[in-house]
Parts: sequence; C-alpha cells; structure tokens
Amino acid sequence: MKRKALALAGFATGLLAGTLFYRRSSARRRDRLDVYFADGSMVSFVEGSPEAERLLPLARQALAAARR
Amino acid sequence: MDASQALADLTEISSQIEAAVLFDVAGAVQGSTLTDADASAELVRTAGELLEAAAAFRSGETEVTQLEASTQDGSVFVVRDGGRGVVATTAPEPTVGLVFYDLKSCLRGAAEEPKPKRRRRTTKPPEETAS
Repeated sequence: MKRKALALAGFATGLLAGTLFYRRSSARRRDRLDVYFADGSMVSFVEGSPEAERLLPLARQALAAARR
Repeated sequence: MDASQALADLTEISSQIEAAVLFDVAGAVQGSTLTDADASAELVRTAGELLEAAAAFRSGETEVTQLEASTQDGSVFVVRDGGRGVVATTAPEPTVGLVFYDLKSCLRGAAEEPKPKRRRRTTKPPEETAS
C-alpha cells in the first residue's frame, strides 16, 4: 500500500515537473536585438526598450520584403 | 569566387537561411538569392538603416560588425566585413552562432579573387632525329 502511494506521488511529481517545463519552454519568447561591435563588445535590447522599438520594425520590414 | 557562387554555397550549407543578399559599402546589391530585384534592394536598404541606427547606440570609434534582430516571424542577420556586407533572413529561433559563421564564410568567399585557370602546357615533344 505504501509502495503504491509512493509510486503515485512520484508519477504526480514527474507529471507536474514535465508540465511546468513544457509551459516554460513554449512560453512566448520576446523579440530582441543583439548588436556586436568591432571591439568585441555586444549589447542586447529586448522588446519594450526604446532601442528595440526603433529597430525591430525595420527587421519586420526586412522579413516582409524577403518573403513577398 | 564571385558573389553568386558565394551565395549558392551559403544556401547549400545553411538550410536555416531563407534569403540572403550581398551588398557593397555603397549599398549596391552584388548578389541575391531573391529573384525580385526590388525586394533585394529593400532588404539592403533596411540592413543599412539597421546598421546605422545600431551604431548610434555606442559613442566612440568602434563600428557595428554584425547584428541579429529576432522576432516572432523570423530573424534578420546583418554582417559587415571591410567593404562588403550580407543581410539574411531565417525562420524563428535559428542557431545564431551557426548562421553568423556561415554568413562570415560567405563574405570571405565573395571577397576571394577567382582562381586563374591553369594554362595547358604546350611543349612540343622532342623531334626525332633521323639517323
């Protein structure tokens, strides 16, 4: 009886962990912009920042041009 | 290697790249995987605007060498090396490092001088001497 309860608890825990992992990995990824400079430095701007809001529309334009 | 050969090699080795356009420092299209010339020109113009706007994020002499704009619909990559650049589009969530590597290889390939064809030797066989 005790073994059965333990197995059930293990199964439930695994199911919960799997669901959480799936939900996190399939969560909406944010648009972003990564810029690399000649001196080896890199800056990243995520959606919502003024820099990304300025450049991401250009990227969408480029994608639309390439796919038309 | 010319631009069209470099782009052909690029699309052959990288299945992630949907479209790619090579351009020079003046923004002129040197080669494209797109059949629509207007679309190629627009892609290059947009790449130039992206580079220019991104350069304004840093003060100083250092220039932007490459950038990636990642959106829900796909990614846009721009790589610049010397007097040339390449802009490419991919599906969402590409393998970023691999795409940059392939684009740099494409730029290097396009910058290579075409190998001169080897001339055939036209040496005459030694004449037989009548004895």
